[in-house]
Amino acid sequence: MKNIIKLVTATLSVLIAFTSCNNSKQSSSGALASNVADKVYVAPGEHDEFYAFISGGFNGQLSVYGLPSGRLFKVIPVFSQDAEKAYGYSEETKPMLNTSYGFIPWDDLHHPDISQTNGKLDGRYVFVNGNNTPRIAKVDLTTFETTEIIEIPNSAGNHSSSYVTDNTEYVVAGTRFAVPIPQKDIPIKEYKGNFKGTLSFIKVNPEDGGMSIKFQLLMPGFDYDKAHPGRGKSHGWFFFTTYNTEEASTLLEVNASQNDKDFIAAVNWKKIEEYVNNGGGKTVPANYAHNVYDEHTQMATSTMKKEVLIVDPSEVPGAVYFLPTPKSPHGCDVDPTGEYIVGSGKLSANVTVHSYTKMIDAIENKKFAGEAYGIPILNFEDVLAGAVEQPGLGPLHTEFDNEGNAYTSFFISSEIVKWKLGTWEVLDRQPSYYSIGHLMIPGGNSQQPFGKYVVGLNKITKDRYLPTGPEVTQSAQLYDISGDKMELLLDFPTIGEPHYAAGCPADLIKPNSKKIYNLEDNKHPYATKSEADTKVVREGSVVHIYMTTIRSHFSPDNIEGIKVGDKVYFHVTNLEQDYDVPHGISMIGAKTSELLIMPGQTETFLWEPKQVGVWPFYCTDFCSALHQEMQGYVRVSAANANTPLKWSLGEDIE
Amino acid sequence: MKTTLKLTAVLAAALLLSCGGKEEKKKEGFSYEKKATTEQTVKKEETVPASKRIDLNNKGIGPITSIELEAEIDQTMAAHGADIYKKMCTACHRPDKKFIGPAPTGILERRSPEWIMNIILNPEEMVQKDPLAKALLIEFNGSPMANQNLTQEEARAVLEYFRTLK
Repeated sequence: MKNIIKLVTATLSVLIAFTSCNNSKQSSSGALASNVADKVYVAPGEHDEFYAFISGGFNGQLSVYGLPSGRLFKVIPVFSQDAEKAYGYSEETKPMLNTSYGFIPWDDLHHPDISQTNGKLDGRYVFVNGNNTPRIAKVDLTTFETTEIIEIPNSAGNHSSSYVTDNTEYVVAGTRFAVPIPQKDIPIKEYKGNFKGTLSFIKVNPEDGGMSIKFQLLMPGFDYDKAHPGRGKSHGWFFFTTYNTEEASTLLEVNASQNDKDFIAAVNWKKIEEYVNNGGGKTVPANYAHNVYDEHTQMATSTMKKEVLIVDPSEVPGAVYFLPTPKSPHGCDVDPTGEYIVGSGKLSANVTVHSYTKMIDAIENKKFAGEAYGIPILNFEDVLAGAVEQPGLGPLHTEFDNEGNAYTSFFISSEIVKWKLGTWEVLDRQPSYYSIGHLMIPGGNSQQPFGKYVVGLNKITKDRYLPTGPEVTQSAQLYDISGDKMELLLDFPTIGEPHYAAGCPADLIKPNSKKIYNLEDNKHPYATKSEADTKVVREGSVVHIYMTTIRSHFSPDNIEGIKVGDKVYFHVTNLEQDYDVPHGISMIGAKTSELLIMPGQTETFLWEPKQVGVWPFYCTDFCSALHQEMQGYVRVSAANANTPLKWSLGEDIE
Repeated sequence: MKTTLKLTAVLAAALLLSCGGKEEKKKEGFSYEKKATTEQTVKKEETVPASKRIDLNNKGIGPITSIELEAEIDQTMAAHGADIYKKMCTACHRPDKKFIGPAPTGILERRSPEWIMNIILNPEEMVQKDPLAKALLIEFNGSPMANQNLTQEEARAVLEYFRTLK
């Protein structure tokens, strides 16, 4: 009851605070409006200053926007099939979505993070997690395509993921759900002590970005929510927020909110790495998919991995500690210096900040308040750097600028609050429309933030746009943070739920963006590199069509001798070697999507004709003035017919 | 409008004929006067199509401004050029017959070597600004000359190969 009164008081004070704030702004809105428009206007033909990679949440895709304009450039399919690009439909990309459960065409995509070198964004890759069937994907920023997906065994609701260390040594993947490890048939009520949570450390090959699970840390059965690596001085550590330290298995909205404090788990990964390199840990049987897209063969392969290395933290003294943190902390954010670890207790009145230096001091002096499942718990007061007192309600996530300021999103009070690191004083607050979740400053979780803009990723849109039926558009908002006070500049709609984002200066990526695939380097086994090599090959009831495209014809474009019941593979190579000349192809009755083939690329779709007749195919991507002429026919004969296999192009041309 | 009327008349005639009930072998398709009359009358002075026109002084627009050809054909370079041509050009250009685009046989009797290399290396600008390239684009039904991103060295080798096509 006392708590409720407190809550109401806090709500009221916040409401009063930002109502008065609004009033003071309103008077100058006229003059401000044109000024604001200038700040987000990117003239036709001009480029944006920043790329923003915004996750689509439940759409399983990653969208690419420009800042400050908010213009959408590309939707990158990662964990979801995408008919537009044939991702997960073409024979080449189907293996990308393979898992230990078989082909899974969807996942819930949450936290993109850009690769780093020396704690600074390097613009090579975006890593991102799939929650539902635990997976980590890598998007290559030379092609803006998903090139690798690794499944995470012994995990469920893969959520405290996919953050990278200062030199992209590791990407982490922490489990949200604790589960029996290994899985077994036991009563749910036997959760306590029997269920465990894993924190997986995925090694990233510095040369080619290849991922492999180095070890899984077997932790108590809490829910692991968010994470961030140490930076600079705290490099070598990783921090994970936990909730449900109550270890409840039912009605978590009540049962997981009982403890006054949950924990931030501090993991010394360098220590564990050393332990593992010296033969520590236990290799156990596992079954998980590792899917890799090879740019040269232009094909994905899926390999099932059969074992994984498990590390019990109680066997590595000094590797893991718990930092008590009020209540059900979500965001776990480390400032650019690496000194401060900000825990946003969702149900706490304050934002808690821990000190790395004080943590090390407490560890060295063995000042422990107790232990949980063999892991030492430090004293709250010993590690506390300070707290931002009653800044708002429902703190979620904090990012940083390059001037020692922090920006925290508040879901319940629907606002962004700017505060000072070290003094913990609130400097400014701006409302969000509505109910902001995560927020993003380009480089705002690295050692080098670009503190010009913050993007608010809102959970609720309501009346901000023209209505589109019960399901309204999802929305992000852009604020200028270059001055003392934040200024709302722009609302922009997003694809899917804008769950989380990472951003970086365009100049880091733009010069490396690939324009075409060199035909010469095309090592696809069914590539056809010149029209002279086009052919149709029958192997029993399987037919391979080696086809090429160039403006504006297919070769061959007349094919005969196909029979009902055949499996016909169209292997189509785009012979173009010029920027922005993809071709598409689709065949009537093919139970799949179109292909969209980039210059120099080969892609494949399967067609299984069911009826005799003459069936057309055509180019689906407008390619030239003669695009509408880009078409062909396949003659299908009865299964027992003797129609000879023939293929041609332009036989009757003069 | 006039063309439409004419077309209707032809179609009507065709329809009438087929209704005549003669037991001749059914002709596939149909035909009517396909050549537009206007083009024949107005453009009298431009009867030579762009592909047949000879202009050895036009160097085109692009990176190549001047090139000297040796009297003897460099056979090694020509063979290299033939290989590149096969990979990059044959989708639209057959050596000795009109295909999607014109045939290169005898091209050096009609075009300067600079123009040939510039149309390979800089086709987008050429079809916009060079009068001959523009006319060719129209003659070949708007089929764009694709930029296959050849290097200057590769374009030079293709040119050498063209010298062997007579």
